[in-house]
Amino acid sequence: MSTASPAMPRTRRRAKTAWGSDPDRLRIAVVDYGAGNLVSIEQALTAVGADVRVARHPGVLDEAQALVVPGVGAAAPAMRRLARQQLLAPIARWVREDRPFLGICLGLQLLFEVSDEDGAAMFGVLPGRVERLQDAPTLPHIGWNQVCRRREHPLFDGIPDGADLYFVHSFAGVPGGAGAADTILAETTHGATFVSAVAAGNTLGVQFHPERSGADGLRLLTNFVRWAGGR
Amino acid sequence: MLRRRIIPCLDVANGRVVKGTRFVDLVDEGDPPELAERYALEGADELVFLDITAAPERRGTLLDIVERTARRAFIPLTVGGGVRSVTDMRRVLRAGADKVSLNTAAVADPTLITRCARRFGRQAVVVAIDARRMAEPAPDGSPRWEVLVRGGRDPVGLDAVAWAERVTSLGAGELLITSIDRDGTQSGYDTALLRAIADRVEVPVIASGGAAGPDDFIAAVLDGGADAVLAASIFHRRIHAIADIKAAMAAAGIPVRLSPEGAA
Repeated sequence: MSTASPAMPRTRRRAKTAWGSDPDRLRIAVVDYGAGNLVSIEQALTAVGADVRVARHPGVLDEAQALVVPGVGAAAPAMRRLARQQLLAPIARWVREDRPFLGICLGLQLLFEVSDEDGAAMFGVLPGRVERLQDAPTLPHIGWNQVCRRREHPLFDGIPDGADLYFVHSFAGVPGGAGAADTILAETTHGATFVSAVAAGNTLGVQFHPERSGADGLRLLTNFVRWAGGR
Repeated sequence: MLRRRIIPCLDVANGRVVKGTRFVDLVDEGDPPELAERYALEGADELVFLDITAAPERRGTLLDIVERTARRAFIPLTVGGGVRSVTDMRRVLRAGADKVSLNTAAVADPTLITRCARRFGRQAVVVAIDARRMAEPAPDGSPRWEVLVRGGRDPVGLDAVAWAERVTSLGAGELLITSIDRDGTQSGYDTALLRAIADRVEVPVIASGGAAGPDDFIAAVLDGGADAVLAASIFHRRIHAIADIKAAMAAAGIPVRLSPEGAA
């Protein structure tokens, strides 16, 4: 007799436990720390030709060529779960070594120093704080909004400036310190204007969800795979 | 600028999309992932799956549908129906949903909203409110609405506007407001209901119940203050194309996403 609720039976998740055999496919580890929908990013990266493995422990990172940290929600519980899964140090090392990295939504926010949401201390590999969106007419900021470019980057190849991409968040990173402006790839306006994409070397981050942003989102992920494969 | 969203709603029973008026006269409309993919290509901004399966033990098929849909339609997906615990929610999200919609279970135990929001963030928690206009107005003469549960059948003695404020303070990240009076009638959204709620909450409000044509979508946004507009039968029956409704909204000065998919 299971103690689980009968209302929503367990799914048969087909977790991939080994890398594929095709050497031409970029090996991407997608970090799973229980923060929301992992399936869509896994499916989207697979759809654009990557060899994707879900990383619930550090071992999966060993043979990965690129690292994707997705996630939605609050920073403090996310950092706690990453710590419990012994993923904090490996992710920090990955970014310090400037290996190809894409943070999505919370995965981008975690790169900054501290979050105003709950005071959480985060990776701190990008100078700056995570702050609540200013003057927003609605919060959370949910829906499609324009991503306006501040400088060119291969991540946005073939995507029109001002393209609509999908956002779900209430907080966003505010790059600080010397050279902060140089890390800003794109900005978006909901009330005030906030930073919606950053690049610092091979560390990339987007506040929107490319895996939920239709054709332009898939194009961005295609660009990431191609760009990371050329590093 | 943030776009106003159009959200086709797919009622799912025993693994198939069905249509009908409030759970009766159900007609098979096809395979959920296929319809989902079609709507995504036609410019839908999001999708809602509402599981109306009567027998809880058959709900496993829903998770399979969500997973197959997440593979094909790369737009956000909300799943409602049968989520009664944080564990249920986790299973739905792990299958590929971005949000869950809580309705009857939230009325039965409002702490469920807070527990789900703490675990997954409030942006993943939609609270659906089925509301019916009361015969007796408020003392100041303004209309009042009561909350119904169990598919819009049973009143529970809650004022819909007060309940909307309460669930928002408990952690709802979005509200899906269905007018039971208008649902299935094609007489337009209840914009007074939408406006009464949108003026009191900070979170986005999704309008539902009563769509007949583009003018109703425009009124839901301009008069009702809705951030998103949901409809089912007018899309299933191909009475209006999503692109045509978006064009009409754009002409009325409402910001909408004119997607590359939708233009194709």
